[in-house]
Amino acid sequence: MKKNKSIGRIILYILLIAASIIMLIPFYWMLISSLKLNKDVFSIPMKWIPDTFHFENYKIIWEKLPLLDFFKNTTKLTVITTIVQLFTSCFAAYGFAKMKFAGRNLIFLIYVTTIAVPWQVYMVPQFTMMSKFGLTNSHLGLILLHSFSAFGVFLIRQFYISIPDELCEAARIDGLNEYGIFAKIVFPLGKPAMSTLVIFSFVNEWNDFMGPLIYLDSTNLKTIQLGIRMFISQYGADYAWVMAASVCSLIPVVIIFIFCQRYFVEGVAASGIKG
Amino acid sequence: MTSKQKRKVKNNLVGYSFVLPNLIGYSIFILLPVIFSFVLSVMEWDGSRNPMVFVGLDNFKHLLEDSTFRISFVNTIKYAVFTVPITVVAALLLAVLLNTKIKGISFFRTAFFFPYIASLVAVGAVWNMLFQPDYGPINNFLRFIGIANPPRWVVSTKWAMAAVIIVSIWKYMGYYMVVYLAALQGISPTLYEAASIDGANGWKKLRYITIPLLTPTTFFVMIMLTIQCFKVFDLIYVMTGGGPGRSTNVLVNFIYDSAFVKFKFGYASAAAVVLFAIVLVVTLIQFRGEKKFVKYM
Repeated sequence: MKKNKSIGRIILYILLIAASIIMLIPFYWMLISSLKLNKDVFSIPMKWIPDTFHFENYKIIWEKLPLLDFFKNTTKLTVITTIVQLFTSCFAAYGFAKMKFAGRNLIFLIYVTTIAVPWQVYMVPQFTMMSKFGLTNSHLGLILLHSFSAFGVFLIRQFYISIPDELCEAARIDGLNEYGIFAKIVFPLGKPAMSTLVIFSFVNEWNDFMGPLIYLDSTNLKTIQLGIRMFISQYGADYAWVMAASVCSLIPVVIIFIFCQRYFVEGVAASGIKG
Repeated sequence: MTSKQKRKVKNNLVGYSFVLPNLIGYSIFILLPVIFSFVLSVMEWDGSRNPMVFVGLDNFKHLLEDSTFRISFVNTIKYAVFTVPITVVAALLLAVLLNTKIKGISFFRTAFFFPYIASLVAVGAVWNMLFQPDYGPINNFLRFIGIANPPRWVVSTKWAMAAVIIVSIWKYMGYYMVVYLAALQGISPTLYEAASIDGANGWKKLRYITIPLLTPTTFFVMIMLTIQCFKVFDLIYVMTGGGPGRSTNVLVNFIYDSAFVKFKFGYASAAAVVLFAIVLVVTLIQFRGEKKFVKYM
């Protein structure tokens, strides 16, 4: 009986290790290719560990490409969008979760129904509107588009609902007004939900490709994803450099992921259970 | 006004003050475009200063006759038909394997989830190299195991879609695995203990306890995946650009090209309304289904 169990365990490990190798091979390949010479990336037989590591690739790409500008632009967009989204979402969530006002349920219903409408459905009219406002080819336009999300309001509201009303009631009796209750009690309690929102918003914004693709034309405004894409179309055959640039674009997200993995998992799980 | 009424008005105002910052932005940048997309779908407009012309349902009629639209529609369905079931099965299997108490679980979970957060541009670039038909590692491996003429993947009209499907399964199954893992936590261990006493083996437990109890989750995952498949674009844009030929051209490719390459904004919006209708139908099925699947957890 016991022997059976340990054999099962070994099979389980073999399966899991095989699966994780398949999942991670592309990243490993990206990394080793980025350290090879361009001409050696596809050399046969394939080298899983290069003889020499060409770290200079990482220097070259910074000279070929205004990577620093791309990083700055992406960071700017990501940080501002995430912050605005966080604050407007928390504010609105408090209104929906803890206040009673005429039309509350109707407005919230509109939010919930529009979560389901994919951006691809209204990206065209949205673009024509933004160009009327003169907000295309600008960072402000993209920031405005991504700062008001129904998902954020929904996520935070669900969390605020779980905060007992008695807590707010007690504060009200102590003489705090609604803004005080929000700032001193509910907002600080919302940290877990906020972390999830911040992380998802950060990763989405950092990885966003279609938004910048449609809205940003000038090279000096482009984001890292668009920049890498541009690099690929210009230096497509310089495989090692393309891979080095790809690795650079992944680093910030990898760092966030490693430190905040818990919130990712909780966020996905929450969205899944709720349905 | 009595003081009670006054307080009510004040309460309302305070409530609005919380909601308004988000609501104003949301109405202008999201809701208005959603409504505008329906208006635009019955117009002809090149996006310039020229006025829009009302054309009724002409745009939709043209869509029906447009072979590129038909192909992108069929391609989208093809993409979904393969991606959805394989992803569901893979995610479920991984979740079941990971739902055990063994060492290194968090490493495996990280490894499976990681592709999900990696940017599509980087992921597309690396997979295109892995799929390189002459020297790429995948075809090298296939030749090594004795397949003399491996598929030419992203440069062949026959296999490009398969390549895209493989990458999307790889990228998204970790996400749905986490959804399944959360659902598995909700299954009471006593069920498995009882089954063990009755002499059920691992397979029987999976077949008669886990899978049936996960039906609501599976249903939810399938709906999410289907919607996700219908709005696919970035992955295809970075891997094949819709080609070779029109072999991986999907609905959103069509919308994007019509609007931002051909400047037919009305026509693009009509295609977008079709996309919306599909997503709406899928969502309605979800609502019906949720009522049907009583949560027995």
